[in-house]
Amino acid sequence: VPVKRVIDYNVKPRVKMDGTGVDLANVKMSMNPFDEISVEEAIRLKEKGVATEIVAVSIGVAKAQETLRTALAMGADRAILVQTDDEVEPLAVAKILKAIVDEEQPGLVILGKQAIDDDSNQTGQMLAALTGRPQGTFANKLEVAGDAATVTREVDGGLETVKLALPAIITTDLRLNEPRYASLPNIMKAKSKPLANKTPADYGVDTATRLQTLKVSEPPKRSAGIKVADVDELVAKLKNMGVAA
Amino acid sequence: MKTLVWVEHDSGAIKDATLSAVTAAAKLGEVHMLVAGSGVGAVGEAAAKIAGVGKVHVADDAAFDHVLPEAIAPLVVDLMGHHDAFVAPATANGKNIAPRVAALLDVMQISDILSVEGDNTFTRPIYAGNAIATVKSSDSKLVITVRGTAFEKAAREGGSGAVEAVSGSGENAGSSFVGAEISKSERPELTSAKIIVSGGRALQNSENFHSIIEPLADKLGAGVGASRAAVDAGYVPNDYQVGQTGKIVAPEVYIAVGISGAIQHLAGMKDSKTIIAINKDEDAPIFQVADIGLVGDLFKIVPELTEKL
Repeated sequence: VPVKRVIDYNVKPRVKMDGTGVDLANVKMSMNPFDEISVEEAIRLKEKGVATEIVAVSIGVAKAQETLRTALAMGADRAILVQTDDEVEPLAVAKILKAIVDEEQPGLVILGKQAIDDDSNQTGQMLAALTGRPQGTFANKLEVAGDAATVTREVDGGLETVKLALPAIITTDLRLNEPRYASLPNIMKAKSKPLANKTPADYGVDTATRLQTLKVSEPPKRSAGIKVADVDELVAKLKNMGVAA
Repeated sequence: MKTLVWVEHDSGAIKDATLSAVTAAAKLGEVHMLVAGSGVGAVGEAAAKIAGVGKVHVADDAAFDHVLPEAIAPLVVDLMGHHDAFVAPATANGKNIAPRVAALLDVMQISDILSVEGDNTFTRPIYAGNAIATVKSSDSKLVITVRGTAFEKAAREGGSGAVEAVSGSGENAGSSFVGAEISKSERPELTSAKIIVSGGRALQNSENFHSIIEPLADKLGAGVGASRAAVDAGYVPNDYQVGQTGKIVAPEVYIAVGISGAIQHLAGMKDSKTIIAINKDEDAPIFQVADIGLVGDLFKIVPELTEKL
C-alpha cells in the first residue's frame, strides 16, 4: 500500500509570491485521504483472512516517516520509506513501486486514485502498465476470491464491474470504505514495527523530472457577488439573465 | 505535430468531451482520431465529420468493448509509432487509459490541462484548483488529458477526415468486463449542461432531494448535481457528485442549494459563469464565490422559486 504525505485537505493552499510553488512551510500535513482508504481496505482484507501481510510504502522527505507510522498504527505490518528530497513525479514513483513489487511480490497493490496536491491520478495506472498487470481504478467495492479480484468502479455514468486476474493493481475511490482512527495503544505499538529506509538509487530509479514547472499562479479570483432579499428578486435576476422565461 | 485523440463514445454517439479534446489537440497540430469498440463504423464516420479532423483510425474489435485499458493501451502505443501526442478527454475512461499509455511509452502524462501555451507547455490545476501550474514537458512524445470545460467544443459538422481501419492485437493483461449499472436520466448530462441545480447535505434525505431539487431543475431544463455529503448520505448516486473527486462542471448557471462550499466542492464548479447560492447560513463559504446569494430556508425558498419561474 503506497501512501503519500500531502497538505491536509482542510487547509487552503497559498501560492508563493514568487510563483515557484505552493507554500508548505508551517502548513499542516497529513496522509493523502485516498491513501487512508487504501490502508483501511488492505487491513479489512487481512481481517477477512484474505491478505497475510500489509507493507506500507512512502516516497519522499524524511518526515514521510510520520505518514508511514500512521499506516502502521492503523494496522499495516511493516513499512518502507524511500527517502529523497527531490520532487518525484508519478512516473518515477511508479518505477520505484515496480522495483518494490518485484522484490516483495504482493498479490495486490492498493493505491489512492489521486493525491490531493498534484491531482494527477496517474501512479496506479502507470504501475499497472510497468508491471504488465490488470488495473481496477476508482474502486468503490473490492472482493477477492481465489486468484481473481472483482472490482466495482465509479465511472462517468454510474458503476461498472470488472474481474481482474491476480496479482492486480487497485486504486481507491472515496466511497470504498470509512477509514478507522488509530487508537493510542496502536500508535504506541506502531513505533516498534519495522520501517526500512531506502533511497531511489537502491532501486536504480532516476527521479529527474520530465515536466518542468515554469510557474505556479493563483487562479483568477471571482468578484464578490450580491445578496438578494427574497425569491421575487432572485426570479427577476434569473429572468434578466435569460435563464427563465 | 501529429496528435491522436481518443474518441469517447456511447451507444453510437460521440460524447461532448471528445469535441473539447479536439479543440485542444488542434492547437498542437494535425488532428487524428481513434475510435475503438465493436460495430463502431458509424462512430468512425461521425468522427470524420468533426471540424478540423484529419485521419480517423477505427479499431473494430470486440476486444476493445467496454474500454478495458489493458487492451486499449497497447493499441494506442502501436499508433503512437507515428503520432507525436495522445490526447484524451479527462473523463473516467481518459483518466484510466492515458497514464497506462504514458508509462508504456516511458513519458510523463500531463493531467487535466486548462490551456495550451506552446508545443510542449501547458497549464493545469493543482491543489484542488487553488493553484494553476504552468508545466513544460521534455518528453519526446506527449500524453495529455484535457479538461472539457476549459476548451470550446469543435463543431460536429464540417470536417472531411479519411476513415482507416486499424487492427490491434486486442492483447489483454488479465481483465474482463462483468457488468455495469448506468444511471438513466432524461435530464441533460452534467458535464455539458448549461444550467445545473445542485443539492447538499441540508436536503436531509433522498425524498427531499427528489421533491425539492428535481422540480426546480426540470423547470429550468437543468442537470442535477450534488455535493459529496449528499452522495455519501445516499440521497443520490455517486455519478451526481460535483467536485475535486467527482465531475468538473462549468455551466452558464450553477445553483447551489444547501451546499456550504468546501474547497473540494468549489474545485468542481468555481469556473461556472454565474453561481447562485441558497443557504440558511450567511457565513457559508459558498457565498464568497456566489454572484447571487439568498440567505434563508431552502425548504421554503426552493419550492417558491420553482413555482414562480
